[in-house]
Amino acid sequence: MIEPSLSRDGVDGHFLQIRSIVKTYDDVVAVNDVSLDIAKGDIFALLGASGSGKSTLLRMLAGFETPNSGKIILDGEDIVSLAPYRRPINMMFQSYALFPHMTVEQNIAYGLKQDRMPKAMIADKVVQMLRLVHMEKYAKRKPEQLSGGQRQRVALARSLAKSPKLLLLDEPMGALDKKLRNRMQLEVVDIIESVGVTCVMVTHDQEEAMTMANRIAIMEEGSIVQSGTPRDIYEAPNSLQAAEFIGSMNLFRGAITVDAQDHAVIDSDEINNQLYVSYGVTTAIEDKHVVFAVRPEKTLISRDQPQGEYNWCRGVVHDIAYLGGHSVYHIRLNNGKILYSFMVNSDRFADQPTWEEQVYVYWSDDSGLVLRP
Amino acid sequence: MKQPIRFSSVMFWFGMAFLYLPMLSLVIYSFNSSRLVTVWAGWSTKWYGELFRDEGLMAAVWRSLEVAFWSANTAVCLGVLASVALTRFGRFRGRSMLHSLVAAPLVMPDVIIGLSLLLMFVSMTDVLGWPQERGLFTIWIAHATFGTAYATVVISSRLKELDRSFVEAAMDLGAAPVKAFVQITLPIIMPALVSAWLLAFTLSLDDVVIASFVSGPGATTLPIEVFSSVRLGVSPKINALATLIILIVSLVTLVAWWLSRRKLKRDKLVRS
Ligand SMILES: Nc1ncnc2c1ncn2[C@@H]1O[C@H](COP(=O)(O)OP(=O)(O)OP(=O)(O)O)[C@@H](O)[C@H]1O
Ligand SMILES: [Mg+2]
Repeated sequence: MIEPSLSRDGVDGHFLQIRSIVKTYDDVVAVNDVSLDIAKGDIFALLGASGSGKSTLLRMLAGFETPNSGKIILDGEDIVSLAPYRRPINMMFQSYALFPHMTVEQNIAYGLKQDRMPKAMIADKVVQMLRLVHMEKYAKRKPEQLSGGQRQRVALARSLAKSPKLLLLDEPMGALDKKLRNRMQLEVVDIIESVGVTCVMVTHDQEEAMTMANRIAIMEEGSIVQSGTPRDIYEAPNSLQAAEFIGSMNLFRGAITVDAQDHAVIDSDEINNQLYVSYGVTTAIEDKHVVFAVRPEKTLISRDQPQGEYNWCRGVVHDIAYLGGHSVYHIRLNNGKILYSFMVNSDRFADQPTWEEQVYVYWSDDSGLVLRP
Repeated sequence: MKQPIRFSSVMFWFGMAFLYLPMLSLVIYSFNSSRLVTVWAGWSTKWYGELFRDEGLMAAVWRSLEVAFWSANTAVCLGVLASVALTRFGRFRGRSMLHSLVAAPLVMPDVIIGLSLLLMFVSMTDVLGWPQERGLFTIWIAHATFGTAYATVVISSRLKELDRSFVEAAMDLGAAPVKAFVQITLPIIMPALVSAWLLAFTLSLDDVVIASFVSGPGATTLPIEVFSSVRLGVSPKINALATLIILIVSLVTLVAWWLSRRKLKRDKLVRS
């Protein structure tokens, strides 16, 4: 059995280090020079659109694909040349891949049997795992006799049974319906955290990544665009791709006209007034073209014209999506551009702007982001 | 109120009659007391007694079953190996050639297969001095050959659609590839193995053309025996034998159906 040994933290102190991994299929570069550091106990999400190489990266961690070059160092040991069945890593598959000819119990015991663990110990461990995922009552059932959520729990129990150093989840909620998904996200995180295992998961659902993970890396076309905490990525995306991938954004293309130490002014054709940010933008590059981005929930709507000459615009209410907790206003500007703005429905019957009413949208000086196009 | 006779039900009964009337008449004539197959002369079971006393025929039955059993086993083993090579090892040199070579016996006329096998055995005996004589052994080889073709088709189509992640999950949990194949893949594709086996078994039982080419003295299988005895005039014993075979086949089918239904019911019960 593989004990979750104490981390032999290297110089830079990371439990899992992925170093310059490259993987190509014929002429497709699926993973392009990816380096990541993942700390012990992290739940790390790889987030990206379809075909961005997330699964390929995960499969290289599991050992099902061999990278063309690069290193994967787990707990101080380079595992690239290790066969999948020798790695102290277990994976929960998207389809769960529960063995259909075995009962729940036998499925969970399978990995332990491979390690020639004594029978009595296996039985103890199986009971312990069943308890962990609240499936004690279903021990004797076959996978086909379980619901989707129950199958997932069994799959999770099976991949945790060997106490792996690293747990991999491939689209963990992919096979569940929407409602069950929200519940299982929290439940799976609870279980993983109670075990304390380091976890790398793959998903294309940003909400899922933000709910489950404490660190996220955004992948695009085989490369990491940005990695950090969900908050970092949401509040301080470092590129347009990262900004567009998580949440929604109002974007204005323009050019920097004033670039001072403590503020910057941007001119954009897409809005009447100038845009102002209360921090320096340090444009070392000659190219003054930038994209100004502001999140819908950081904008406000009013019927009165805001003070000042920056960061507001006039439009009419084009559409309102009432979502219960908040409403999403679609504001159409003179030039036809649509802005999104959230309004919290704190009053039950407040007098809020309605369709085709003229309104002003504005935001504070530190709400906007300046990104490179 | 009278239901109008529907076209589909007419076609159904017509089809059933087309398929089963010949068998029914065979069953009825097996109880004929006359020596002449086509003349009815009252009920009797004497031909069943005659059948069991005919040692030549009974020996042929056992011989056939034995050959069918072993060639089905061989066909399934070779079929599994060929299917794994075809579906699991990705693209390798000669893959498409292996594919068409394996499937060739399916479309080749039996006469050609039989003749070519005969020529091969004869020249092997000349050159290698082995096999010394043609008989059950050569029939077994011949039947295993074309049985493998059918088995490969059945097994590889199942393997192709099998989700890769089962084997990957097994390896992920610590099983080396061969172990994963034996413990996970084989049990999952077991139904396909069973149907491949049954297919190879029946094809072997059924075959008269290839067997007559490669069999030797003292190695007449049941179809050859029946075929040659029919040429001398059909004996009602053959009717009796055929009736028994039909009975056994129906029983096996019935049991299989009953077992699968019971399993289905049990699964439903547990689920609800
Ligand atoms: N076995 C393979 N052979 C050839 N190309 C492959 C193979 N596996 C993946 N690719 C290619 O590598 C790229 C990345 O694929 P990958 O499966 O990692 O994407 P993904 O991010 O997991 O997407 P999805 O969200 O759709 O699962 C894609 O362009 C894909 O076509
Ligand atoms: Mg994928």
